[in-house]
Amino acid sequence: MESNSIDQSQTRNVMQSPRSPSSHPFLSASVTDPVKLGNGVQAYISYRVITKTNLPEYQGPEKIVIRRYSDFVWLRDRLFEKYKGVFIPPLPEKSAVEKFRFSAEFIEMRRAALDVFVNRIASHPELQQSEDLRTFLQADEETMERFRFQETGIFNKKPADFMQMFRDVQSKVSDAVLGKEKPVEETTPEYEKLKHYVFELENHLAEAQKHAYRLVKRHRELGQSLLDFGKAVKLLGACEGEPTGKLFSDLGTKSELVSIKLQKEAQQVLMNFEEPLKDYVRYVQSIKATIGERATAFKQHCELAETTKLKEINLDKLMLTRSDKVGEAEIEYREIKAESEEATIRFERIVKRMNEEIVRFQEQKTEEMGVAFHQFAKGQARLANGIADAWRALLPKLEAASSV
Amino acid sequence: MMGSENDDEAHLHASTEDMENLFLRDDVDPLATSDVNGDKSNSGSRHLLSPPPITVTPADSDPLSAPPRSKPNGGGGDSRSYIEPPSYADVIFSPFDDNSEINGSDEGSHHSSDSLSRSPSSSSTTSDYIKITVSSPQKEQDSSTTSIISAGSAYITYLITTKTNLPDYGSGSGSEFSVRRRFRDVVTLADRLAESYRGFCIPPRPDKSVVESQVMQRQEFVEQRRVALEKYLRRLAAHPVIRKSDEVRVFLQVEGKLPLLASADVASRMLDGAVKLPKQLFGGEGGGGVSVVEVAQPARGGRDLLRLFKELRQSVSNDWGGSKPAVVEEDKEFLEKKEKMLDLEREIVNASQQAETLVKAQQEMGETMGELGLAFIKLTKFENEEAVFNSQRARANDMKNLATAAVKASRFYRELNSQTVKHLDTLHDYLGLMMAVQGAFADRSSALLTVQTLLSELSSLEGRAEKLEAASSKVFGGDKSRIKKIEEIKETIRNTEDAKNVAIREYERIKENNWSEVERLDRERRADFLNMMKGFVVNQVGYAEKIASVWTKAAEETSQYDRESS
Repeated sequence: MESNSIDQSQTRNVMQSPRSPSSHPFLSASVTDPVKLGNGVQAYISYRVITKTNLPEYQGPEKIVIRRYSDFVWLRDRLFEKYKGVFIPPLPEKSAVEKFRFSAEFIEMRRAALDVFVNRIASHPELQQSEDLRTFLQADEETMERFRFQETGIFNKKPADFMQMFRDVQSKVSDAVLGKEKPVEETTPEYEKLKHYVFELENHLAEAQKHAYRLVKRHRELGQSLLDFGKAVKLLGACEGEPTGKLFSDLGTKSELVSIKLQKEAQQVLMNFEEPLKDYVRYVQSIKATIGERATAFKQHCELAETTKLKEINLDKLMLTRSDKVGEAEIEYREIKAESEEATIRFERIVKRMNEEIVRFQEQKTEEMGVAFHQFAKGQARLANGIADAWRALLPKLEAASSV
Repeated sequence: MMGSENDDEAHLHASTEDMENLFLRDDVDPLATSDVNGDKSNSGSRHLLSPPPITVTPADSDPLSAPPRSKPNGGGGDSRSYIEPPSYADVIFSPFDDNSEINGSDEGSHHSSDSLSRSPSSSSTTSDYIKITVSSPQKEQDSSTTSIISAGSAYITYLITTKTNLPDYGSGSGSEFSVRRRFRDVVTLADRLAESYRGFCIPPRPDKSVVESQVMQRQEFVEQRRVALEKYLRRLAAHPVIRKSDEVRVFLQVEGKLPLLASADVASRMLDGAVKLPKQLFGGEGGGGVSVVEVAQPARGGRDLLRLFKELRQSVSNDWGGSKPAVVEEDKEFLEKKEKMLDLEREIVNASQQAETLVKAQQEMGETMGELGLAFIKLTKFENEEAVFNSQRARANDMKNLATAAVKASRFYRELNSQTVKHLDTLHDYLGLMMAVQGAFADRSSALLTVQTLLSELSSLEGRAEKLEAASSKVFGGDKSRIKKIEEIKETIRNTEDAKNVAIREYERIKENNWSEVERLDRERRADFLNMMKGFVVNQVGYAEKIASVWTKAAEETSQYDRESS
């Protein structure tokens, strides 16, 4: 496993954008050009992944490969296995609804999310060193497919597995609450606080995201109702003589115009506000998965430490009685001790990573949400101003008509 | 995700208003320690409002806490609940005071749900007014049906208060008086008006039966009816001719039992078993011509069942193209107008429906925006409580700015909507009026039918007379019985002739009424629709400006995150 080499290697300051092409190391990737391939049930979307880099490990300054969603899943799973403790960037969900799967809107949102995913990995000090990342960004399609199918053996983590991990974490909590077996769980106050924070945060974010999604719908509904109202008003104008008829017609036209503005803004809110919130939720879920990994590692570390102690005691006993089983026991003891030490190292690495990750996560999220809020506010202001301008244009005529 | 929408909403509404109120009150910082426990309506959300002391950095100047009053950035440096935007925002906010109903004809601040209280002959009589209010519904007992065994049937009465300076109501400069009326009295009034004012566009009265919804209780029903009665009476008062009628005056002014006759609609009372069969039904064929006076009434509402049957027969023969009626509705202009009115009615119905949908969508936009704001308020509190890093506090601050803007915008949407409802109500009002127009046209048609019926009777009577004369002339010396019959028939013919003339005059009169009413209606409708449009648009502009300024402020507060490279 390359875990050790990562420990010892210095994390290079790899940049995302090429400032001065020669000096600073940089790595950036973009996910573009979604294309629908295949037919019927087998149909899927493929994306073009373009990598630009000056890192020596890569095959050249630019490389283009074709990837599909399950390739991204493979990458995420590999990183999750190998970089325990790191908050692996989340993937957009697999869509369950068949019809929606190939709508332009969905495809674009997914593409954008996948782009963010790859770039987050490329800008993460540890993850960017990953060999799997290199494979993902460079391997030809057949090799990639082979790798992907290998997953059905050892490393295959189906969504069910993640669910299981969440359940494990949650059941551990409930076990403790219900006073079942004594839980093998970390209980430092700091970590407790963190866990509590993460679980609570998910609830709050999910609610905010739900309302954001509804808000998108409301924009669309209001837009639709204004469209229908505009049409109705125009028809009414056709029945009336002047000047009312013309005014109704103008009113109807403006109403339709405002409707279009609302539909446009709905799309913006969806992409620039609701999606970031959804991403936030996914990120928190990824953290929960990491919490699960930490719990597993902690349990192993504890159990192995226990077992080591027992073996030591047993060995001492045997040594005292000068039994001929001493040699065997000594080997066993050494083996267990080595395993235990490894388990402890693994656990501690996770802890260290998580501490660093939390800081990164909070800063990253403040930045990303700040951007999302700002864009949302700007969009709403733009919309409102646009609406005001549109309606205002009618006022001179209305004033003129009523002063007659 | 969507399934629990209703639950969430129901549960949320109780605390929504409270949270918002608290959040926006200038003197309260909901993020500070609890000093709001006195407000018992917050019991559900108390845990959010009384958190442990928070390490909020001093730079986090909360614009919502009492000081500081001046903020360096943001719109007009005003840290009140919202920035006063320019122009229309201020113009729109008081068109709905009561004065508009009294005097009408000033368009700028005109409009209310009872839009038609303008004096249409605005030229001379702008100082006339009638203002009617319906209030204080009370339960009363019908003593005439009280007996030892059962309590009398109970009914509701309403207090009808009138302020007016019309001369018919006495005491020159202005008088005020009240009477108590029950719904049955309103029905009587409506029926009497329908008889007296044929050809006029009489506003339709409120329905007798009410659609019962599951949630509607007695109180709601009574309130709904009160509102409907008020609207109806105000519309009557707005009609230039009807407002001066005896029927209305008596209804509004005479205390005690309403001295108008209950409906003379014999046919329906027959169904109640309350009336003996008129003897016309059993009288001989030749006897009893048509009473001249009654010809001036529609057959349907009158006493004469025989006439009813005859006109029915006539209309059937008209419809089935049997014998062509002598007088045909050949007024092309009328037919065109009728067509147009039907088209108009159809489009008003449609527009009224779309207006409903629009109003609902605006409402929901406001609500969801508010819920979003609240969700972020909760997040803000949460992050502040749990903050370990400064990045969290910064994010909490950003969220708060967003939440504030969202909550304010939500308020504006809802205010906008309640105004929109009032404006677009004009469409709903005109639904009723279009019915009145149809009623007026129907009066004309039924009057014409009366004329046609009489004409065809006349011609059949004359035919019989001719035959009898021809037959009797063959008998020398005369046939005493036949001669007598001829005399009788000639008498009937003379009566019928008179009736026909009356009917024709009535028909012409109704045509006149129709025409002037439709003219008036067109004029008023144009003005009302114009006002509606203007009010609607001014509203939209004003509130859009307010909402824009709220979001502009939020954008400024987050301007450090502006990533768009210029």
